[in-house]
Amino acid sequence: MIRLDNLTKAFETPAGTVVAADHVTMDVADGEICVLLGPSGCGKTTTLKMINRLIEPTSGKIYIDGKDTDRIDPVALRRTIGYVIQQIGLFPNMTVEENVCVVPKLLGWSADKARQRASDLLASINLDPAVFMKRYPKELSGGQQQRVGVARALAADPPVLLMDEPFGAIDPINREVIQDEFLKMHRRLRKTVMFVSHDIDEAVKMADKIAIFRAGKLEQFASPDVILAHPANDFIAEFVGTDRTLKRLRLVKVRDALQPASPCVSSTDAVERAVALMDEQGYAFMIVVDEAGRPHGYVDIETVRDRSGAVGEHRAPLPATVRLEEDLRAAVSTMFMHDVRWLACVDGEGRFSGFVTQRGITRMLGKAYRAPAAAN
Amino acid sequence: METLKFIVNNLPAIGQRTVEHVSIVGVAVALAILTGVPIGIAITQNKRAADIVLYVAAIIMTIPSIALFGVMIPVLSLVGHGIGYVPAVIAVLLYSQLPIIRNTYTAIGNVDPALREAARGMGMSALERLRRVELPVAFPVIMAGVRVAVVINIGITAIATYIGAGGLGTFISRGITQTDSRQLVTGALAVSLLAIAADYALLWVQHRLTPVGLRPERTRRPIARRIPA
Repeated sequence: MIRLDNLTKAFETPAGTVVAADHVTMDVADGEICVLLGPSGCGKTTTLKMINRLIEPTSGKIYIDGKDTDRIDPVALRRTIGYVIQQIGLFPNMTVEENVCVVPKLLGWSADKARQRASDLLASINLDPAVFMKRYPKELSGGQQQRVGVARALAADPPVLLMDEPFGAIDPINREVIQDEFLKMHRRLRKTVMFVSHDIDEAVKMADKIAIFRAGKLEQFASPDVILAHPANDFIAEFVGTDRTLKRLRLVKVRDALQPASPCVSSTDAVERAVALMDEQGYAFMIVVDEAGRPHGYVDIETVRDRSGAVGEHRAPLPATVRLEEDLRAAVSTMFMHDVRWLACVDGEGRFSGFVTQRGITRMLGKAYRAPAAAN
Repeated sequence: METLKFIVNNLPAIGQRTVEHVSIVGVAVALAILTGVPIGIAITQNKRAADIVLYVAAIIMTIPSIALFGVMIPVLSLVGHGIGYVPAVIAVLLYSQLPIIRNTYTAIGNVDPALREAARGMGMSALERLRRVELPVAFPVIMAGVRVAVVINIGITAIATYIGAGGLGTFISRGITQTDSRQLVTGALAVSLLAIAADYALLWVQHRLTPVGLRPERTRRPIARRIPA
């Protein structure tokens, strides 16, 4: 766990004293990603750099796993904390392997162990070790370089990772890919991550907790959903944007927004049976599935009433489906695209798993506003 | 034609003078690297010290070599080396300081701050940063300073013949005093060729010693050729 206790940094400048961090107090639990968010000059990077003592605090304490970092030699401390910067900073005179092995070597690992580690790490970030180990940084694209930058920071398996706008200089498409890769890796490794960003969308995507800074002060420290649903003040409300409720759509997976009862019939069932079911339960439509359980269309009670035969003969095609793993933003986007108010959801094998409705999503997002106490 | 005949007839003497010349410049520049590079690194820590050191080195550079040799005669006479090899080496050592210190200072100062921050953030000590990141990255520029020092001082050493240090300048000085254009041209030609040859040789050394990742693309040999057959 990382604990910042009244952390303060004042810089003396010709224009007077600038307080870059003003009595910042926060706790970040083990394995969480905490995004430090705010406009430039708000003190988020200063706060980050005080954790590995690249900047010495004016006052206040930092504890990592209960240990006061003031009592640890800065060089030794930094070897136990991964560090990733926006400019990446791969050493151009070293191969990818040598770059990744820097900290293990500083820690006195054997060459074999370090090499094995580098190879494993590269493989885990989708860079083939056989191809990339002996490459030099200049031979890599920006996205590949930052992957190596992350691998280098993780090389000695530090429990804490500091990332200073790590994906800020990468083009938007690659940024999404690297963010996803990083989240996937994080779910496996469970490092405690402090992540500086100025991008609210990135923060909402990456963070377990978001810390919003303004002029050195920690304005709000809460989960993304709480920040978006209940910004503590006007500054935060403005910073997270007027579309903040829409941003919350990203936080919820389709899986978690399924309608409680999602009836379906097999395409070989009789129409009469489907109509009876719908009448009995009060549904206006039903999903039709094939033998494998894949959604194959739907039937509307108005169109099939008084018809006969198999359901499959009367089904209407589904305009689109959405996967359980997607977030609600994708689901809503698909609904808007096809002008529908509900979507059938499928699991990894393409089997029907339920559906989401616009009304259900609206109610779900609205819950946080109706019961603010419960949301915290 | 006569000059050519002179050269052919005096090849052993030219060779010997070349060795003298190279030994003055070689020893002096080697010593200058040992002093100039650490000074260049040290002054990156303090802008004021850097300004002073570079200023002094620049002033030394402006002293005419013949005057510097003259000044050293009474001083070095105290230790019995008023003329000859020692003052020649000292002069070259002094003239080499500016290009070597300045290039080292510039090269270390121009190392991408991101590299320095990454190195610091990963837990490298100041010495480890210098040895493993800053010096390798700065190497090509430092080496360029050494090349400049060598070329300049091959010229300057030609004057050292006047204080009895020998070298290829001997042909030039004799050519002047004896109004013998054969010797004059031979000396001038030899000094020029030596300077060009030394520059190319050091350029080759520079390319060889530059870390592969920093070499310009065209000098990088294909990976396949570096694997022994």
